[in-house]
Amino acid sequence: MTAIDPTAHLTSEQIEELGRELDAIRDEVIADRGEKDAAYIRRVVSAQRRLELVSRGVLLFSMFPPAWLLGTAGLSVAKIMDNMEIGHNVLHGQWDWMRDPKIHSTTWEWDHVSPSEQWKHSHNELHHTYTNVIGKDNDLGYGIMRVDEDQKWHPFHLGQPLWNLINACFFEYGIAAYDLELGKNLHKRRRRTPEFRARARAVGRKIRKQVLKDYVIHPLLSGPSFLPTLAATFTANLVRNIWSHSVIMCGHFPEGVQVFERRSINGETRGQWYLRQMMGSANISGSRAMHFMTGNLSHQIEHHLFPDLPSNRYAEVAVKVRALFEKYELEYVTGPLPTQVFSAWRKVVRLSLPNKKPRVETPGGQQELVAL
Amino acid sequence: MTSAALRSRAWKLLEMVTTPLLPSDYLDLVSPLRAGADLRGRIEAVHPETGDAATVVIRPGRAWRGHTAGQYVRVGVDVDGVRLWRAYSITSPTHRQDGRITITVKAIPDGKVSNHLVRRAKPGTLVQLDHPAGDFVLPRDKPAKVLYLTAGSGITPVMGMLRDIEFDDVVMVHSAPRPQDVIFRDELHDLVADEKMRLTEVHTDTDGMLDIARLDELVPDWAERETWACGPAGLLDAAEGHWTGHAIRERLHTERFRPGIVVAGDGGEVTFSATGKTVDANGATPLLDIGEEAGVLMPSGCRMGICFGCVTPLKAGAVRDLRTGEITEAEPGVLIQTCVSAAAGPCDIER
Repeated sequence: MTAIDPTAHLTSEQIEELGRELDAIRDEVIADRGEKDAAYIRRVVSAQRRLELVSRGVLLFSMFPPAWLLGTAGLSVAKIMDNMEIGHNVLHGQWDWMRDPKIHSTTWEWDHVSPSEQWKHSHNELHHTYTNVIGKDNDLGYGIMRVDEDQKWHPFHLGQPLWNLINACFFEYGIAAYDLELGKNLHKRRRRTPEFRARARAVGRKIRKQVLKDYVIHPLLSGPSFLPTLAATFTANLVRNIWSHSVIMCGHFPEGVQVFERRSINGETRGQWYLRQMMGSANISGSRAMHFMTGNLSHQIEHHLFPDLPSNRYAEVAVKVRALFEKYELEYVTGPLPTQVFSAWRKVVRLSLPNKKPRVETPGGQQELVAL
Repeated sequence: MTSAALRSRAWKLLEMVTTPLLPSDYLDLVSPLRAGADLRGRIEAVHPETGDAATVVIRPGRAWRGHTAGQYVRVGVDVDGVRLWRAYSITSPTHRQDGRITITVKAIPDGKVSNHLVRRAKPGTLVQLDHPAGDFVLPRDKPAKVLYLTAGSGITPVMGMLRDIEFDDVVMVHSAPRPQDVIFRDELHDLVADEKMRLTEVHTDTDGMLDIARLDELVPDWAERETWACGPAGLLDAAEGHWTGHAIRERLHTERFRPGIVVAGDGGEVTFSATGKTVDANGATPLLDIGEEAGVLMPSGCRMGICFGCVTPLKAGAVRDLRTGEITEAEPGVLIQTCVSAAAGPCDIER
């Protein structure tokens, strides 16, 4: 929600036409989806497992610095692959069409402290349905940050560059807490329902398994290399967390990305939903290796338009989507990773300080924003 | 501690090492057919039988328990990246020395899996297997006289029997459109030449369909024979009527392929089998809404097909994707998105 609505020049007929054109792009990929795509994801899964096995093997000898470096680098990449190109996309149901119960959104569990089931709810259902709607999409600022000028400033926000840095380092724990809606649930005792407790226990179990594996069992297996292996797995998790945090920040935070008020999505049509995804997401430009390591979330705009299409198809879809942006005179926000990360961080810092903007309180006490 | 308990302890420890994956996820990379793995097989060869039929040689994994002659096996094959399951009769004898099994597949028009196996399957490919099943098998006690009444690919389970056990007095009546369409023709003629079997071939392109009343003339003592019949529904219906008419129905054993054929329509009766509710659904309302209106506890999410929070097993029938019009038919393991799927005929949703 900026002072100037960048979609104001579009008539409602144009928006519906845009929706039909996007549907056609989706249908084309679905009609063509097949053996090559299945072979792709199987190859990636197999490569990830082999890389992790080899890296963990090398780390058994991590008291030797070259082994430490090699193993840590390999494990970091393996963890990034598991989280991004495999985990995120499998859990989106992108590969459910293969009917392979081993690569399926209902059975997949990832190397991450947030249990798949909870992440699917908060991410697939809430974030992807209510993308960038303030008050509905908690991914905006992960519930702890101020991400738009129109949001009320509070002295707490002065520290948000620091919160964001800490969140980046321990991102998987931040996500787990976020999936649990921890802030909301701890504040009000009455929300501590049996259902919440069950979910909290599930997170606890997952954390215990993950911590035990990375910080106890594998170091113990390394014997004399106990401490170097411990340091290696910690480093790999840190690298993976900072990397995924950076990629995800680039998806919705850079300058030029729009946020929306709650009331704007009432009775939203398919075309309007697509338009909101287009204006609420940003891409990262770069090489094929770059796209792969981001889990193709570098094609965030395409991913938000078609979250269930196989990730390996986003690159070809992007060409057509970008042409539609041009046709309808909309801004396609994209840039290299350093530029986008810098842009997102600058916004975090800028919004940690107060600014002058009108704001109203609604009768329900909920913060609502004025449509401009 | 017993060795079994020790092994289970060790396995638990190994699971802690590999979490959140399982040790088998890693072992599958190097040894997918090992003991303890999910049952799979590797295609080792594909031999053409006729213009549209081929025998597929499969090396089953160590978990394979063996079969009884006449049984079928469900095979999960990836066709265009999608795993599809079909049942095929096992045509190899139970005592095959190298432990391989064979299935013989006839490509049926528009058959996704059969055409794939006959024309495109490559040696080296992994397929998923189920344990063999089916009671179209020979009895323990050898019957004195046997009749095999088969047509088309209905010969496949019978070939498994013929290769497995020799009987003293066997007659086979087999129908196929033309001589070159008879699967295993050379082998059948060898059996005849060795006087191990008598064979009547009915070539339906020239002779017309087998009239079951002609059995009196083709096999005068048919009524005294223990009979195994396999082929299209028309033949089996006629045989069952004929045997019942002569009050010897218990001597006839039949095997039917492709039982219920799904006719995709527009809307239909939807059964929520876990809840035991049945309601009428039109072809335009998402099954999620149909279920919720009927008071069934349905998992739900975005209600627009993007979050996969509503996926539910489709146990029977067919549904239509409201976005693409695509029809999905029930098969074991098939899950549908109830928020964008409508009934395309009667169906059963496991909720």
